[in-house]
Amino acid sequence: MKTWKSILAAGLLALASSSAALAARTDLVLGIPLEPPHLDPTAGAAAAIDEVLYANVFEGLTRIGPNGEVLPALAESWTISDDSKVYTFKLRAGVKYHDGSDFNADDVKFSLDRARAEDSTNAQKALFAAIDTVETVDSGTVKVTLKNPQGSFLYNMGWGDAVIVAPESAGTNKEKPIGTGPFKFDNWAKGSAIRLVKNDGYWGDPIALDKAEFRIIPDAAAAVPALLSGDVQALPNFQLGDALPQVQADPRFKVVIGSTEGETVLSINNKKPPFDDLKVRQAIAHALDRKAIIDGASGGFGVPIGSHFAPHNPAYVDLTGTYPHDVEKAKALLKEAGFGDGIKATLKLPPVGYARDGGQIVASQLREIGIELEIIPVEWADWLKQVFTEKDYDLSIVSHTEPNDIDIYSRKDYYFQYDNPDFDKVIAELNVTSDEAKRKELYGQAQKILAQDAVVGFLFELPKIGIWDAKAEGLWANSPIQANDLTKVKWME
Amino acid sequence: MTAYLLKRFLIGALTLVFASLVVFSVLEILPGDPARLMLGMNASEETVQVLREQMGLNQPLLLRYFDWAGGLLTLDFGKSYTYSVPVIDLIAERVVVSLPLAIMALFLSTVIAIPVGVFAAQRRGRTADTLSMGAAQIGVAIPNFWFALILIYIFAVWLRLVPAGGFPGWNAGVWPAFKALILPAVALALPQAAILARVTRSALLEVLGEDYIRTARAKGMPRSHVLWRHALRNAMIPVLTILGLQFAFLLAGTIIIENVFYLPGLGRLIFQAITQRDLIVVESVVMLLVATVIVVNLLVDLSYAIVDPRLRSRQ
Repeated sequence: MKTWKSILAAGLLALASSSAALAARTDLVLGIPLEPPHLDPTAGAAAAIDEVLYANVFEGLTRIGPNGEVLPALAESWTISDDSKVYTFKLRAGVKYHDGSDFNADDVKFSLDRARAEDSTNAQKALFAAIDTVETVDSGTVKVTLKNPQGSFLYNMGWGDAVIVAPESAGTNKEKPIGTGPFKFDNWAKGSAIRLVKNDGYWGDPIALDKAEFRIIPDAAAAVPALLSGDVQALPNFQLGDALPQVQADPRFKVVIGSTEGETVLSINNKKPPFDDLKVRQAIAHALDRKAIIDGASGGFGVPIGSHFAPHNPAYVDLTGTYPHDVEKAKALLKEAGFGDGIKATLKLPPVGYARDGGQIVASQLREIGIELEIIPVEWADWLKQVFTEKDYDLSIVSHTEPNDIDIYSRKDYYFQYDNPDFDKVIAELNVTSDEAKRKELYGQAQKILAQDAVVGFLFELPKIGIWDAKAEGLWANSPIQANDLTKVKWME
Repeated sequence: MTAYLLKRFLIGALTLVFASLVVFSVLEILPGDPARLMLGMNASEETVQVLREQMGLNQPLLLRYFDWAGGLLTLDFGKSYTYSVPVIDLIAERVVVSLPLAIMALFLSTVIAIPVGVFAAQRRGRTADTLSMGAAQIGVAIPNFWFALILIYIFAVWLRLVPAGGFPGWNAGVWPAFKALILPAVALALPQAAILARVTRSALLEVLGEDYIRTARAKGMPRSHVLWRHALRNAMIPVLTILGLQFAFLLAGTIIIENVFYLPGLGRLIFQAITQRDLIVVESVVMLLVATVIVVNLLVDLSYAIVDPRLRSRQ
């Protein structure tokens, strides 16, 4: 018995000393709720694709930084012509793809032309709409000529959908992504995990991690034990619901509440009576109590918004006071509009927590002013068909997660069915303006028009709830673009 | 016996054809467009049309049915819309998780249930019977996801004996992969064992009341011999029926357990494919499951003949 004990003790000692001698760990397992359908950011809208690959495996000419800023990436620098129409990008030298081939100007031309081609299946084809021609000046220089000046062009080139791919691997990136980033794709066990390994030949700052694994955990009830047992060390964006306080109270973990680009709105069909009546929409705006909605739909996290703009954006204007919560006023407006007897309508809700939970609260708030809502839960595919494509809806709740997407209100076939020439004029002007101060002013105007027209019920900015091991550093607090950039992640001792 | 088998095969084949028609038409009328789902809210209608064309969704319905059904005959299950890989590869990846899991769970449930059922039947009406059947009642009543979570918190979070979930793949080694399946198998087996134990008990009790059992006992045959050799064998038919049903359920009906343990099994493949409107995957996997159920039922029918010689001669 004694010998056993001493062997055990010696073993434990050896184990303790060996682990103390080890350097900081260099691997990270992240839990994500949704699996990407494939691994090509240039051929799909699913956020999960970018959340695995953006900045890690694939890079574009520019990139979006942790606070939404535009940074150089594969383009080291650029010059813009005086008429703001010609962008000349100087490309970084010595960059290699993960398959060993060289990156050069031809790849940039190929990628941009492919994305805007007739048969392109790029989900954000509009990003490239302003491009007229792409020319290679020499192997390290690319000249992009725009049809008209576009203030957001450099920002657009930083999207995941605008990453640069090689002609040889473009067709197979869905299965085996080949990029230029600091991580190489290792393997994808479908339904289970996607593994990345360090790219030793990376052109930029060396990264601290050797291995990263994105593990697909569809259920919050499963994510919590995975975190507690140490199987997973980070849940970069996970709605844990009731389990969050338990994790928050645990000193082993950091809980970081950040912001996203997701404007959560009560979508209104602006062409469908009675919602084509401004007074009715104003009444709805007055009836909404954003605080109660945020508490119920998002566990109290999320910043209230008064228009379609992210509060962390420098051009944001706080318009939450345009139609303050006022039930009496709302009732009076309905009466003025001729709906004193009330309105019956439907509320179609997609299968996401904020919509399904928020829908209940919105319905009860609108009931107070005499609008009876029938709640109809629908699946995503069904939502996209009924609500988004066929515009067969009265009201809905959804978060619009694309960054800087206020221009959707100027799209004629968009499901809000909003049509205001004044607003369109502002957007048209924005499109051709590159002066920052002027852009900011125009963005302000656009926000105000939408707020005053009460186009939709502006609710709140979707929060990013990040949870990770307290010893891990460098994960993004905010989500200015859908990404889990691991390039600066490291373990502290 | 040959005629019996032939008839069974014929019924099986007809069922498959019928099922393929039902599965295909039911799924095709589901609202939703896989191409739009893939490209999201910012893509224009033209881009969506281009993708629909690439996915082959613009072909006439009937042509697509014959393409698909014809492919099934040659074990060509088609290509996934979303993953754009052959469906057979997707299924193969999932079967290596779901099949071992189902077998483990079935094995566990059988080795627990049959002894418990026999034990309870032997002591009918006594405290041991009441207790074991009470336990079985609880086993049926406990929601298995809840039981799974309790197991996770005890064995993964607290004792750290097994991972809290996930599946490392068989190439990570047999033991790590096996370890990842232990808790899910237990969580799946318990409610099944509870049902099976109750069925075993009642089937056995019915047989024990038969005249030939009394005769056997009257001849002076030892009690245990009567029980194990004569009674249990005759009580096996309902037990085998339930086992066959359970196997089919365990293979694909385990979506909740697969979610709790985030296992990449067949159940989750179907679920994911439905939400992504990857119809060809759903259709093919469902057909595979229909075929499995038919085969399992056939095997169960055959096993009746093994346990009951009368069925052999009668056919």
